[in-house]
Amino acid sequence: MAEQMATIYVMGKAYEVPSDLTIMKAMEYAGYRFLRGCGCRGAFCGACGTVYRTQDDYRLKVGLACQEMVQDDMYLSEIPFFPGNKANYDVEDLKPKAEAVLAHYPEVYRCLACNTCTKACPQDIEVMEYIQAALRGDIAKAADLSFDCLMCGLCAARCPAEIVQYNVALLCRRLYSRHIAPEAKHLEARVKEVRDGKFDKEIASLKAMDQREIAKLYDARDIEPGD
Amino acid sequence: MYYTKEMKDSMQRVASTREFRMTQELPLLDPVQKVDLLESYHPDFIEDVFRKLKVGPSKGTLTPKEFADLFEAKSVLDPEGFDLSTVDYDVDVLVVGGGGAGAAAALMAQEQGAGVLLVTKLRFGDANTIMAQGGIQGADKENDSPSTHYLDVFGGGRYFNDPDLVEALVKDAPEVLAWLEKLGVMFDKDSDGTMVSIHGGGTSRRRMHAARDYTGGEIMKTLRDEAKNRGIDVVEFSPVYELITDGETVTGAVLYNMETYDFLVVRAKTVILATGGAGRLHVAGFPTTNHYGATADGLVLGYRAGVPLEFMDTIQYHPTGAAYPEQLLGQLVTEKVRGLGGQLVNTDGNRFIYELETRDVEAAAIIRECSERKKGITTPSGYCAVWLDTLVIEEKHGAGTIKERLPAMYRQYQRFDIDMAKEPILVYPTQHYQNGGLKIRPDGETTIKNLYAAGEVAGGIHGRNRLMGNSLLDVVVFGRRAGIAAAERAATLKTPGKLTLDHLKRFHAELAEVGAADNRVAPMLLPEYRRPETIEKKLPVLP
Ligand SMILES: Cc1cc2nc3c(=O)[nH]c(=O)nc-3n(C[C@H](O)[C@H](O)[C@H](O)COP(=O)(O)OP(=O)(O)OC[C@H]3O[C@@H](n4cnc5c(N)ncnc54)[C@H](O)[C@@H]3O)c2cc1C
Ligand code: SF4
Ligand code: SF4
Ligand code: FES
Repeated sequence: MAEQMATIYVMGKAYEVPSDLTIMKAMEYAGYRFLRGCGCRGAFCGACGTVYRTQDDYRLKVGLACQEMVQDDMYLSEIPFFPGNKANYDVEDLKPKAEAVLAHYPEVYRCLACNTCTKACPQDIEVMEYIQAALRGDIAKAADLSFDCLMCGLCAARCPAEIVQYNVALLCRRLYSRHIAPEAKHLEARVKEVRDGKFDKEIASLKAMDQREIAKLYDARDIEPGD
Repeated sequence: MYYTKEMKDSMQRVASTREFRMTQELPLLDPVQKVDLLESYHPDFIEDVFRKLKVGPSKGTLTPKEFADLFEAKSVLDPEGFDLSTVDYDVDVLVVGGGGAGAAAALMAQEQGAGVLLVTKLRFGDANTIMAQGGIQGADKENDSPSTHYLDVFGGGRYFNDPDLVEALVKDAPEVLAWLEKLGVMFDKDSDGTMVSIHGGGTSRRRMHAARDYTGGEIMKTLRDEAKNRGIDVVEFSPVYELITDGETVTGAVLYNMETYDFLVVRAKTVILATGGAGRLHVAGFPTTNHYGATADGLVLGYRAGVPLEFMDTIQYHPTGAAYPEQLLGQLVTEKVRGLGGQLVNTDGNRFIYELETRDVEAAAIIRECSERKKGITTPSGYCAVWLDTLVIEEKHGAGTIKERLPAMYRQYQRFDIDMAKEPILVYPTQHYQNGGLKIRPDGETTIKNLYAAGEVAGGIHGRNRLMGNSLLDVVVFGRRAGIAAAERAATLKTPGKLTLDHLKRFHAELAEVGAADNRVAPMLLPEYRRPETIEKKLPVLP
């Protein structure tokens, strides 16, 4: 099977690349060696936000270079850094209310509900919805909706209200987890047991065993049924 | 998605055996069967993968060739003439690496009152930590205990683990989970606050805690946010290229600014190596799950300075790396898929191993299926693979479970038009984790004074094989420990140390003596994925 090729324009320069590659692998094929704009290579870190356009289409599109496939006549550029506003705060002192969000990110007030952010998001997140939820003070909803955010910055890059959605989202998740989700009581109890030395003797005896003894114990251990 | 006829036929066989498999019970292997399987098929037992180190504190030990090439390489710095006289940063604690271990170390060191600088190779958070999906272990349930956890860690590590390190790991676990909970990590919980916990390979209790399937991502983002909130100084794209010593103890590091191509000198009372793993070395040609910067730099730096290595002859191959489509090659299909009931199935539609054995056993079984038994499925680009039948999960737990419990996985495949809830996926082992690493003590200090190591770069905790969920735990446990200890030590050191590259002089002399180094230089910093054609044509002009 002959390799299908595509012409891509990396920051305006044309390269012939196999058409079944991601933007990231196509750029490497073309001879680029990444420094910025490449992190996890698997849609986790958000380092590889990319803007592109295709021939005869005025619209700007965005995607992750490590996930998006090349297309013929794709004009592209990575935006590996976005100088987004990041507030400083101590989660401990905050209340999980709209005020906490707005005090740190007052620009959230300016949201025009234009939905540009949602259309941009490579993770298919309802970005506008979570910003609106944060504005209403529904921190739990903002946390839930934004959970899959990679902090790639593509929404912020396109927001007419200059909101840095991903930082708002992270604040909401931290507020939710710290102040709304109930604490794990069993965890607190176990921390105390460990501090009180409840397991010290058992562990000391395990530590003293030779390989054979501990292997015997291991092979005989009972296993909790799965879920 | 495009499937060949062979693949389609096999998929039908997988569908036809599903009902039977739903209730089929496969036994765990007995210890003898396990050893036999490993010794026959696991790459750790394939002689050709390794060679003996010719120099350094672990001289004579077997190491994968790709690692040995770096351990037996020179520094580009000339220890005789290199100018360290201009100090660019003067700090108490230098943290090297912006992953989970580095972030935890920096937070704790600062909390002790130390002046902290965190330097990292890519962006802060571009690391293996952010990629961890499945979960983090910790014995916090009624029917579980740190001692039970200890036993699981030890058995998983084939009884080679360092007992003191395991003790630290399992005893700190509840506290670490509580710390993360308090910082605002969004763990999966029931409505009364009880942590949702499931099994992972090799666990005897359901001890795996998760933040959906972005567990490491959620932890990394939270720790990074906290480090920013607390004003910790961070310098990105500036990896450590060499440690600085006074001949005996560590006193700083040379940074390489990868964007301006010049170096910077850091004087530090203590240094914490938290540089993570080495998947990008592609041992024995395996693909990898690791991030772009996982190139063993910290191991090289520590080794040259004189820290012995532990268990470098064992690499963890994740049994289920994506094998198809090619764009996903090597990427992780989280163990949680099997934890939720996903089944490994060969081309005939038959299971061939109980799915929650330890990773090494699972990987060996898949390799056996693809090699000797010839029961694999060939992908269009010629790779061999087995099925991971994800449909069983939906049958067992109800439609929509995959999308809800494994959103990242689900989306990943959706991007390539594969619906995991409706089609099984193809998998093959992928280089995942470095079980061994620099030898440390429970407080994180290495054998070289004032040099600490934490996270994947350190060895001994997991013996010869790490269990899923114990690594995210380990990076936070030992990151915190190293941060605290390094800050406490720094507080006792009044006068700044002498800055020399004497350790490098010794190392280079040793290399010359055995004639080991050729023209190789290390650390690697970044892997090379350009085509050989391009590299051949490169002119030695500009960087
Ligand atoms: C895809 C994937 C899934 C995983 N899933 C799980 C899981 O579910 N549960 C679990 O427990 N574990 C899991 N692991 C393993 C676990 O995530 C890692 O072992 C752990 O996060 C390593 O943390 P670390 O801080 O030691 O290293 P990393 O998080 O990799 O951080 C290392 C940092 O050091 C930087 N660095 C490297 N070299 C230099 C240098 N020369 N100078 C300065 N900085 C440098 C890197 O850029 C990076 O920022 C997974 C790993 C991967 C890759
Ligand atoms: S792009 Fe900005 S203004 Fe538009 S909906 Fe999103 S957050 Fe609001
Ligand atoms: S919400 Fe914004 S920052 Fe987060 S993944 Fe979507 S586009 Fe990227
Ligand atoms: S490189 Fe991490 S998201 Fe693309």
